[in-house]
Amino acid sequence: MSVVEQSDRPGFIARMRDTDIWYSFVRNRIVMLAAFITIVIFLGALFAPLVAPHNPFDLASLSLMDSLVPPVWMEESDPRYLLGTDDQGRDILSAIIYGARISLAVGFASVAFAAVLGISLGLLAGYLGGRTDAIIMRIADVQLTFPSILIALLIDGSVRGIFGGQFSREDSAFYVLVLSIGLSFWVQYARTVRSSTLVEKNKEYVQAARLIGLHPIKIMLRHVLPNVTGPVLVIATINLALAIITEATLSFLGVGIPSTQPSLGTLIRIGNDFLFSGEWWITIFPGIALAVLALAINLLGDWLRDVLNPRLR
Amino acid sequence: MTDTPLLSVRDLVVQFPTRKGVLTAVDGVSFDIQRGEVLGVVGESGAGKSMTGAAIIGLIEPPGRIASGQVLLDGERIDNLSVNQMRRVRGKKVGMVFQDPLTSLNPLYTVAQQLVETVRTHLPLSEKQAREHALALLDEVGIPAAKRRMDDYPHQFSGGMRQRVVIALALAAEPELVIADEPTTALDVSVQAQIIDVLKRLCSERGAAVMLITHDMGVIAETADRVAVMYAGRVAEIGPVRDVVQHAKHPYTQGLMGSIPTLAHDSDRLVQIHGSMPRLTDILPGCAFNPRCEHAFDRCRQERPSPIQNGDRAVACWLSDQEVGQ
Amino acid sequence: MLAFTIRRLIQSIGVMLVVSLIAFVMFRFVGDPVDQMVGLETTIEEREVLREQLGLNDATPVQFLRFVGNAIQGDFGVSYQFKRPVATILGERMPATLELAFVSAILALVAGIPMGVYTALRRDSVLSKLFLMISLIGVSLPTFLIGILFIFLFAVVFQILPSFGRGEIVDLGWWRTGLLTTSGLKALILPSITLALFQMTLIMRLVRSEMLEVLRTDYIKFCRARGLRSRSVNFGHALKNTLVPVITIAGLQIGSLIAFAIITETVFQWPGMGLLFLQAVQNVDIPIMAAYLLLIAFLFVMINMAVDMLYVVVDPRIRIGGGEE
Repeated sequence: MSVVEQSDRPGFIARMRDTDIWYSFVRNRIVMLAAFITIVIFLGALFAPLVAPHNPFDLASLSLMDSLVPPVWMEESDPRYLLGTDDQGRDILSAIIYGARISLAVGFASVAFAAVLGISLGLLAGYLGGRTDAIIMRIADVQLTFPSILIALLIDGSVRGIFGGQFSREDSAFYVLVLSIGLSFWVQYARTVRSSTLVEKNKEYVQAARLIGLHPIKIMLRHVLPNVTGPVLVIATINLALAIITEATLSFLGVGIPSTQPSLGTLIRIGNDFLFSGEWWITIFPGIALAVLALAINLLGDWLRDVLNPRLR
Repeated sequence: MTDTPLLSVRDLVVQFPTRKGVLTAVDGVSFDIQRGEVLGVVGESGAGKSMTGAAIIGLIEPPGRIASGQVLLDGERIDNLSVNQMRRVRGKKVGMVFQDPLTSLNPLYTVAQQLVETVRTHLPLSEKQAREHALALLDEVGIPAAKRRMDDYPHQFSGGMRQRVVIALALAAEPELVIADEPTTALDVSVQAQIIDVLKRLCSERGAAVMLITHDMGVIAETADRVAVMYAGRVAEIGPVRDVVQHAKHPYTQGLMGSIPTLAHDSDRLVQIHGSMPRLTDILPGCAFNPRCEHAFDRCRQERPSPIQNGDRAVACWLSDQEVGQ
Repeated sequence: MLAFTIRRLIQSIGVMLVVSLIAFVMFRFVGDPVDQMVGLETTIEEREVLREQLGLNDATPVQFLRFVGNAIQGDFGVSYQFKRPVATILGERMPATLELAFVSAILALVAGIPMGVYTALRRDSVLSKLFLMISLIGVSLPTFLIGILFIFLFAVVFQILPSFGRGEIVDLGWWRTGLLTTSGLKALILPSITLALFQMTLIMRLVRSEMLEVLRTDYIKFCRARGLRSRSVNFGHALKNTLVPVITIAGLQIGSLIAFAIITETVFQWPGMGLLFLQAVQNVDIPIMAAYLLLIAFLFVMINMAVDMLYVVVDPRIRIGGGEE
């Protein structure tokens, strides 16, 4: 074995460019486009107050005179409102940008919640085994047979039943959504982490760690996490798209984000009432925005899965 | 009998495009197989043995492909046939036995169903006749109580029995050549000899030639008429089995022979070859074996040796005129 | 074989018990049932009488057993919103949902399986790439959005199909069907396609990946090496092996069709159980939510058992135990 000269080691960027991930990324134009769109939407949502032409929540600036204005390329439009306005005179484009911000916030928060919960439970189930394992995985099995939208609806209904009068809908909607969506997504993480934990559990370093007085769980976390980074990343990416869709669906069904601070799903629900009277832009543009966002993230997730699991290519 | 060999492989090159460049798995391989002859093909894994077999029967997985060279069966090219023409060659003229009998049979069909379908695809027989033919085949490969067991599913047979079924399937349409790709590697040692026996007996009864691919020099020595030794996608040495085993000329073959313990021979030590076969992506100019060869000299590092024919033997080594390593 | 069946049966009962427990906890502890059933002017004494009548003062395990016992007899209590027995309401709504789910399931299977097979066999053809693209869009587009787009196109712009309701219904006494009238069938088109699309893309992708896996196996290579006709290799040997695992997932998907019907029914105002459930969630009508949960769980368990039985028929490795000689 020859020793690699330190000076010959390529820099980070050069090493990145030599990996399969980078190769497949550059070769795949659609994925590059999806990444670009995702980044643009993320940035737009993050800097919504700077990017959006109007502030749709600033009630003072709204005027009913400006309500139901069509997009600029149609007759009777107003150049100030590129994609038209809704019934309260809110600029659709700005509402979409602010709506995406809320949709993404719910999406990220619920994915993070599901991941933390799933990883912890998976680690616990794998490490402790026995009864704990059996209980956790049985719950997972049962839950897996139900579509997440049903579970989210049930949790949503129950939570509102329990805390019904205590909080206003405006304040609690976000947390209720994150809780419902997060709780309906944890199973996949738990399964992945559990199986990896089972593999690591019997390795010598775990025994060794115990000997030197370190808590095994702590040390396993350090070894298990790197092993599951890939799968967890794939699950999280695909879940992000799913979470955004679920949020939109719940909001559309009227049990999600209320219309005072609308998410994309809420916007679509509001617009749906105007579909038959011809004001299609109120629902169609947020719909397109939602579809493009979900599609772009799904494309990235699909691509990540293919790259990290080339067997299924 | 004519002078045309049954199978003739000429300068066969099989390549796989990868993102790091083209990988040449088989690199200019040539050999003949005569009617009824057993040719052993031996080499380490990755030497291109199986790939050569797959190329002959036209089953290289895309994106791999035959980049150049010819495969002739009865003097006619079969490497450029259409999909449908090639399908008629497979099974009918060239049969194939795979390595793992546990995965070679479709789990959802009975043994009889698989045999009958194969027979009827190639021979103009009725369902009933095909069934009788299948039964006779199963008897021949030594399935006990074949009549009762032919309607069982593959999972009801043991590994050795399944490999007998696989041989029956490969021989179902009376092919002239059988390519056996490591037919015993996945089996218990105790049944390996039986399977080789069955294969050899059935082929010689039918006058079918065999291309026996294996990494087990012992099997070759007992079974084959001639042997081709492959290394890094090339033929290093080819010749009658007895000559090659007893008087190996290529340094690699000598190493291989040295690594077999024998009772007859009085060798006091097992020879081992240092290092490992180079990856197919970074083969150097010159002889592929030169980094591991004790006798390598300048020419070996610059020029690639082609097999030099000498009587019924050929050796791809610049030293082949003289005996080396003595 | 028998042991296998019994084990599955016990598992199914276990699942039902777990779900019952969840439904019971919701029923009993989410909000106070008494509050929901009486007006504000009811006195505390009257409430206590009602509480005693309903058995809410009994020990919790006793209440749970009574809940399960009642549920088995089809008694799920009284809806808070409608003040009618939940079982009756669900019974009225069930035919609409089952008809919708059934038609969608057929659509999803009939379109999804051939598309999956095609994309696996012709991996690089333009049509395959198109199918895969459509499937990705199908997964990314939320069901309700597809429904809205359909309504916009076919009901608002072209005005050729109805956008809500079931059309004319024929009452068969025990079943109110929309399948026997033209308007009923027309009303079914948009909702059933909307509901089927997502499942179709799932089944297509599943069939594709399973088929690709099977095509790589040794026995398929061996089939080719024996010169079998490619039609027989692809559609006999490969497809049959592909469908074995597909059965399981497809079965579960048909179950989730019923749950996804919640969204479709809301978009198209389809008077089924899903719409009922959604109204229950919006109004925190716990008896209906609990009953719906139990009903869905029951359907899932039944479908699961049916799938297991089907498995036994298809796969000889399960039907005839390993008979290594």
